[in-house]
Amino acid sequence: MSGVSSITSRSVALPIANIDTDQIIPARFLTTTSRAGLGRHAFQDWRWREDGSANPDFALNRPEHAGAAILIAGDNFGCGSSREHAPWALLDAGIRAVISTAIADIFRSNALKNGLLAIVVSPLEHASLLAAAGEALTIDLRAQRIARAGHAPIDFTVNSFARQCLLDGVDELGYLLARQDAIARFEEARP
Amino acid sequence: MTATTLFEKLWQAHLVEADTDGLPAMLYIDLHLVHEVTSPQAFSLLRERGLRVRQPSRTLATLDHSTPTTPVRADGSRTYLDTATEQQVDALIRNCSDFGVSLHGYDSPDRGIVHVMAPELGATQPGMTIVCGDSHTSTHGAFGALAFGIGSTEVGHVLATQCLLQHKPKTMAVIVRGQLPVGISAKDLTLHIAGQVGVAGGTGHVIEFRGDAVRALTMEERMTLCNMSIEMGARAGLIGADGTTIEWLRGRRQVPQGDAFEAAAKHWRWYRSDDDARFDKTVEIDAGEVAPSVTWGIDPGKVIAIDAPLPALSASNARAFEYMRVTPGALITGVRVDVVFVGSCTNSRINDLRDAAAILAGRRVAAHVRMLVVPGSERIKREAEAEGLDAVFRTAGAEWREPGCSMCLGMNGDIAKPGELVVSTSNRNFEGRQGMGVSTVLASPATAAASAIAGVITDPRRYQQEAAA
Repeated sequence: MSGVSSITSRSVALPIANIDTDQIIPARFLTTTSRAGLGRHAFQDWRWREDGSANPDFALNRPEHAGAAILIAGDNFGCGSSREHAPWALLDAGIRAVISTAIADIFRSNALKNGLLAIVVSPLEHASLLAAAGEALTIDLRAQRIARAGHAPIDFTVNSFARQCLLDGVDELGYLLARQDAIARFEEARP
Repeated sequence: MTATTLFEKLWQAHLVEADTDGLPAMLYIDLHLVHEVTSPQAFSLLRERGLRVRQPSRTLATLDHSTPTTPVRADGSRTYLDTATEQQVDALIRNCSDFGVSLHGYDSPDRGIVHVMAPELGATQPGMTIVCGDSHTSTHGAFGALAFGIGSTEVGHVLATQCLLQHKPKTMAVIVRGQLPVGISAKDLTLHIAGQVGVAGGTGHVIEFRGDAVRALTMEERMTLCNMSIEMGARAGLIGADGTTIEWLRGRRQVPQGDAFEAAAKHWRWYRSDDDARFDKTVEIDAGEVAPSVTWGIDPGKVIAIDAPLPALSASNARAFEYMRVTPGALITGVRVDVVFVGSCTNSRINDLRDAAAILAGRRVAAHVRMLVVPGSERIKREAEAEGLDAVFRTAGAEWREPGCSMCLGMNGDIAKPGELVVSTSNRNFEGRQGMGVSTVLASPATAAASAIAGVITDPRRYQQEAAA
């Protein structure tokens, strides 16, 4: 995983509550044995019509949002299934950060492990971000701050361990593997 | 000593390293359940890094999500949806063989939905930590085990190290007092609680279900309840171990036998919250108020009693009304049903099939309704057939299928058509969950069966009372 320290992009809003991981990537696309190539199916049933053409009403399809990498989503984003295909699909579709008033536990954990920032802000800050959707934002992970032109910045927190892993571009597996002696001691001590 | 919650006991007993200074805790995992959908990328990670599975004996695999539920051909082959689903199944068979993991595949009499199979085998035991790349791993919490869903990267971590890095969740008690009315099932209670707690009410928490009404539940019913903890946003669901837990496990293949079982049982009884244990959050539920319950919207927190009117239209539910095509303030009973699904890790156990069969016996599924009954495991399929339940379903006009996850998520092609409404005993009713443009109403097996007969959403008490009269 390459490191993530700051993201600058325009935002795009998807102000729907409880967007679950089936909506982010429907189950019929989970038959892959790879992590790659899921971006085309991100938000499949909202984004594409049955004949395969783009749904012009869907925010991510609108020309003014082309290239937007910061998603401002409704409350409780990423609830439901534990599928890591959800952050894989979002990243492959060019989304690098999701901001909401609440993000489901498993999705947040999966997202951070893949370099997708999952950021929780207050309802007031969220409303302000939604009202200004399309604005340019800079998310500074080291400072834990979202900088905005013409608005006060918004502070957020990502737990320090996950943040350091993201900044350094290292994954947790290396950390765990370095502690195999402790694991072996624990296993020996068990009844 | 201060009173301790069940969660705290489980957490403390599995700390390889405690959390400190912002570093997560390193938690040891006793049982890792694996299926074909969320594991291929994890096995790839092991191959890329030249790693082996640290504890194959703590790893148990099965085939459930992508597997066809249509009849097996005479030559033993199966009709897959497409080559991708078949290749995914083949990949798990190969990965288990390459890494020495025990697989309950098609040749096993124990194969089943992972959360149905592991308890049946006695692999799920009180005091354990259990994970799986599947959010409904919360099911196993019914046994006083800390069980939760993880992503594929974490599946790789557990395969390679038998450990996970975890931040400690908060605790929440859902106390269910009193007694469920006659004919009200654990699914009705579960949906009722989901409606009270809400779809995100448990986020960041482990829920422990407590109270007389929970103690009175059978293990199958407790599994139904813990299964849907994730639908309340919770990290896991828990019920303390007691005599019901221990008697259910006695004699199962993977539990100790004879005197060793009694010793284990004594240890297991410790896995319950102390009387004065304190929780970060508490919700109280009156069991006596629970009616047959159904979801009406597009998240599992939008629940009503089946005989209560739908809520009024508001900004927060307009999208749900539009998608479900139901009328604010109207009754949900009488709404036309196209498909009925009895199955899933929530409601595919023998008691669920008996509940559905009791209503279907001597009756017919409405002509316009397609009904699928999908047992949770090979074992349940055999048990149901020995009791003649398959004949009840077939005679009523329902399809009796091979075990698997089936229409709960529709990965194997068991889906409904756009615009159809499914009354489903599964756990999720999000937009498109059971097929693009498909509406889902979550319900108990009894409500599902009653709705199949009437062809419209129907209060099961109508048929239960007829049966009693």
